[in-house]
Amino acid sequence: MSNTQRSNLLHLGTIALLAVAFFILPTYHVGNLSRIMVLAVYAIGYNFLFGYTGLLSLGHALFFAAGMYGLGLSMELFDLTTAPALVIGLASALVISAVIGFLALRTSGVSFMIVTLMFAQAGYLTILYFGTYTRGDEGFVIQQADRVLFGVDLSSDTGRYFAALALFSACFLAVAHLVQSPFGRTLVAIRENEERARMLGYDTVTHKLKAVIISGTISGLAGAAYALLFGYAGATFATVQYSIFPLLWVLLGGAGTTIGPLIGVIFMFYLIDLSSSITSAYMLIAGVVLVLLTLFAPQGLAGELRKRVFKWMP
Amino acid sequence: MDAVNILSTKGLTKTYGGIKANTNIDFVLPKGKTMALIGPNGAGKSTFVGMLCGRIAATSGDVFFEGQNINALPAHKRISLGIAYTFQITSVFAGLSLHENVALAARRRLGSDVTAVDAKVADVLARVGLLDRADQIAGDLSYGHQRLLEIAMGLAQDPRLFILDEPTQGLADSEIASFIDLINSLAGETTILLIEHNMDVVMKTAAYITVLNFGEILAAGTPDEIHANEAVQAAYLGTTTDA
Repeated sequence: MSNTQRSNLLHLGTIALLAVAFFILPTYHVGNLSRIMVLAVYAIGYNFLFGYTGLLSLGHALFFAAGMYGLGLSMELFDLTTAPALVIGLASALVISAVIGFLALRTSGVSFMIVTLMFAQAGYLTILYFGTYTRGDEGFVIQQADRVLFGVDLSSDTGRYFAALALFSACFLAVAHLVQSPFGRTLVAIRENEERARMLGYDTVTHKLKAVIISGTISGLAGAAYALLFGYAGATFATVQYSIFPLLWVLLGGAGTTIGPLIGVIFMFYLIDLSSSITSAYMLIAGVVLVLLTLFAPQGLAGELRKRVFKWMP
Repeated sequence: MDAVNILSTKGLTKTYGGIKANTNIDFVLPKGKTMALIGPNGAGKSTFVGMLCGRIAATSGDVFFEGQNINALPAHKRISLGIAYTFQITSVFAGLSLHENVALAARRRLGSDVTAVDAKVADVLARVGLLDRADQIAGDLSYGHQRLLEIAMGLAQDPRLFILDEPTQGLADSEIASFIDLINSLAGETTILLIEHNMDVVMKTAAYITVLNFGEILAAGTPDEIHANEAVQAAYLGTTTDA
């Protein structure tokens, strides 16, 4: 079996497994998985920039929130229906990531982290400042009637699960394809040695800008989907915490692997879920596990698997 | 502009603060020939080629490539015109396989044509003698092999002008011998600008030599002329003609 066939099998197998999970898992876990898949889309978007391009952003919550509020506000203020609102959400994330990318890419390394963090904080404060429209921290509910897309009721368990699965599958496969394309390979080259890539004749600045836009737009799509599937938009999703989460998921799951983001989100979700059923000091348990993982699997779960067993993993 | 010169410079100057690294360099590179750029350490050789390929911004002066003024072009655009550059300090993609290293170099020109890229990669890796290591990770190679990989990455671009910054540094004698053969096999196919300290390599490959000293051109000519040049001997041996 060739490496391409192996990775196709891995990707399609993962999707099939998630589809089957709906029928065999108890309702509680099915609900969790819907949420996990949407958050995994966010992680996939983050991983594209961090894992494959080598740019560490601390401001992705801004893109997530751009998608969420683009959708939410256009429904709330302009009474748009689901599909156009979703397009507005996507477009907001695209425009904002293009602007932020254009400005932030004048810096690199630690400065890039700080600049993206600052922009995201500015975005969060903007949401609070315009509290009259955004309802600030309190947020607002997406009306039941607005949560129907192509005749599918996204507020039902089944509709929600399969909408999340469809979205996840599309992003998962698209990014897997992209990172193995010449464009994706060039991004990896920039991650490995930017000056060398430039001196091979690649326009590294444009490549990095495209990576920020793709990453930001996928993150925004996740934000819009989150609002749509779970019926709520709030400023919490624009806080710095939501910029740190995707970084943690990707680090735990395995940066620069296609499957890593999903594994990272599942792991983190159930780590907090299980430890909080044991003690109220659940962050203590979660923290210890995270430290151990960083010590013994520094490349993340999928990263270690690739290093030790499955060298072909994309 | 003379059509037989692939590259030329007019009054090319680089100053770092008050220090002049290159002063008023007028330089011509004949098409299809191998030119060696020599000079003592700190003579400004790397600064000069850095300005040719756009890594270093010139303070003043002009660079012409195939008759076109390329001053305003950023490095990646100059490379796209057909200038390949290998680094003085080995700079490969250490985390990627040899195949992928060379494929990245070939892909910029050949695009997503997988068959053409693979053929090109196999061809140039065979040329530098690394074909049997194609699947190894570049960072695991010995220093000498990494130098050869750099050269392979240059060749994969089918450059019209190939600039090599001290390519034989750290190579074993047997590897230097095959490097000389490789350069000579490219003669006529492509123009080569070679920064080199090893005079044996220079004498066996170069049709022309330019000598830099203190950021200025001290002499230029055929190997025999340079060999006989007293100013060059003085610069290299440290003898002063006048006290």
